[in-house]
Amino acid sequence: MSVALRAENVTKIYGSGADAVTAVDNVSFEVNSGEFVALVGPSGSGKTTMLAMLAGLLSPSSGKIFIAGQEMSNMGDRQRATFRRQYIGFTFQQNNLVPYLSARDNVDLMLRLNKKPLRNGVVKSEEMLTRLGLEHRMHHYPSELSGGQQQRVAIARALIHEPAVVLADEPTASLDTTLAYQVVETFANLIHEQGRAGIMVTHDLRMAKFVDRVIQMQDGEIHRIINDRAEIDELASLSAALG
Amino acid sequence: MAFYLAFKEVWHSKGRFLLIASIVALITTLVLFIAALAEGLGDGNREYLEKLNGELIVYQDNSELSVSASRLGRSTLAEVRRVDGVADAGQVFFSSSTLEFLNGSEPLDVSLVGVEPGKPGEPPAYEGVGLSRDRANEAVLDRNVALRAGVEVGDTVIVKSVQGTEEERYPLTVVGISDGRQFFLQPSIFVPQLTWEKVSPQGDPDGAQGDLISNVIAVKIANPAQLDVMKARLEANVGDVEVADRVTAYEATPGYSAQQSTLNTQRYFTLLIGVLVIGGFFQIQTLQKVAQIGMLKAIGTTNAVVALAAAIQIVAVNTLGVFIGAAGSLLLSLTFPVEVPIVFTSQAVIPAVASLLIIGPLGGLVSVWALTRVEPLRALGLAQ
Repeated sequence: MSVALRAENVTKIYGSGADAVTAVDNVSFEVNSGEFVALVGPSGSGKTTMLAMLAGLLSPSSGKIFIAGQEMSNMGDRQRATFRRQYIGFTFQQNNLVPYLSARDNVDLMLRLNKKPLRNGVVKSEEMLTRLGLEHRMHHYPSELSGGQQQRVAIARALIHEPAVVLADEPTASLDTTLAYQVVETFANLIHEQGRAGIMVTHDLRMAKFVDRVIQMQDGEIHRIINDRAEIDELASLSAALG
Repeated sequence: MAFYLAFKEVWHSKGRFLLIASIVALITTLVLFIAALAEGLGDGNREYLEKLNGELIVYQDNSELSVSASRLGRSTLAEVRRVDGVADAGQVFFSSSTLEFLNGSEPLDVSLVGVEPGKPGEPPAYEGVGLSRDRANEAVLDRNVALRAGVEVGDTVIVKSVQGTEEERYPLTVVGISDGRQFFLQPSIFVPQLTWEKVSPQGDPDGAQGDLISNVIAVKIANPAQLDVMKARLEANVGDVEVADRVTAYEATPGYSAQQSTLNTQRYFTLLIGVLVIGGFFQIQTLQKVAQIGMLKAIGTTNAVVALAAAIQIVAVNTLGVFIGAAGSLLLSLTFPVEVPIVFTSQAVIPAVASLLIIGPLGGLVSVWALTRVEPLRALGLAQ
């Protein structure tokens, strides 16, 4: 398995002088292709700031981030945008989809942006949406879809262009428990199947049962990395039991 | 890509974009009607002088280029004709009168213009012939008179005028019809100079003057390129006169400049309102779309695509509105009766349409700029 994403001593400091706040403090980790990692922690732990830096939306104050062996910090805005659309897939907590595009068009958007063919024998986006159980919702607009359906469309969009890395920001935030399990399970299956490096930011430890590794952040630092399957499952079930 | 996003969004929010296009259409209608009104009213004031078949107009000195204040006699005409470089000159007499028609049309207030047959000042007849003799009981009508009263060549019109205290009626035969030659906001009727002297209203019916006093003298010069030279030469060689070219002359017509500047102010304000309305609409759109634009940029849409998509929408919606408005205005204008002073000429319509086509992009600049400033970080609920 190859390393798809590597963070090396990444630090982010907001402000300067006496007002300086260290949001992320000397964080290092790697994620391999085909591996699904959860970045967990309470609010203010620095997990969203970390995600923004991994996505190239924010530059680290120090340290380096490599995606598919390339570093984004030296790139200009335009180059970064191009890099993001080629190598990264995204799902967001809110405003996930383009409201004036149908489910299918939202997924196709990533192919259009990358000037990739929309079909490969079959229409790729339709195949992916069918896989996600949305075969009857292809031509619906986001406003006509439920929260879970929207999240699944976003997952299809995050994967359709075969990115090296998939970043998901709180994908279960607006979903009920059953739906949340379903969505993350499908997501995990696709990431494993297609060999992407997946990183999911979440505060919901119950979702840990679908990931290969849990990186716990606290006060901007990595508090703990849990690799052991049994330990992860225990954490997830404990969390589920506590609600 | 930009086209794709632009048109998908317009298609999805057809109603909203159609609404703004229809506002642009109404603004267009307003601007075009103001332009056409300025043209129409302007024509009413200047048409005769603008189309005069002579380059210069001679006024009495100190008359401030006011036709009604100016008095010039035959001796001045003779002096003008002797000036080197003058090809021809003719006296022009102005008064107002009421015209009556035998076909039952409503009486019409007209500018009664006396001219010397065949000399500068007489308009060419596009139908029929020109005036024949100094004393002939004939008239050439401005086409506006002919259209409004339904008069044709060969018909008789009656000039009603007050001589002293008596109301007199003079029948005249229409020998020709000219193009539009309005003056003093009235359509004109042209009569030979001695006929004019007889039929035009005057306080003293027996005031047989020795000299034939006109208001101005229209001068045709041999070399039209020498306008300024000839103007100076006439003022130097003819006693007590001032000389103006046609444009200066009609701009000095009482009320003309005031009227045109009022209408122009209205036009500019309407355009400004257009800029603000379109600017405001797209700015509100932009503010509503900040989160969505952040997401688009986060997934890798470049600033160029986002800005271009907005610019395409603005230009498309504005252009659609302008064309709907222009087509509507032109259709509407066809239903107007001839006496409404609204004239759609290409000189009036083209600059108005051109200025309307640029107000959209101008108004949208701010929102396009604002779109480029949206940070992709917003997609994660963060902003620097």
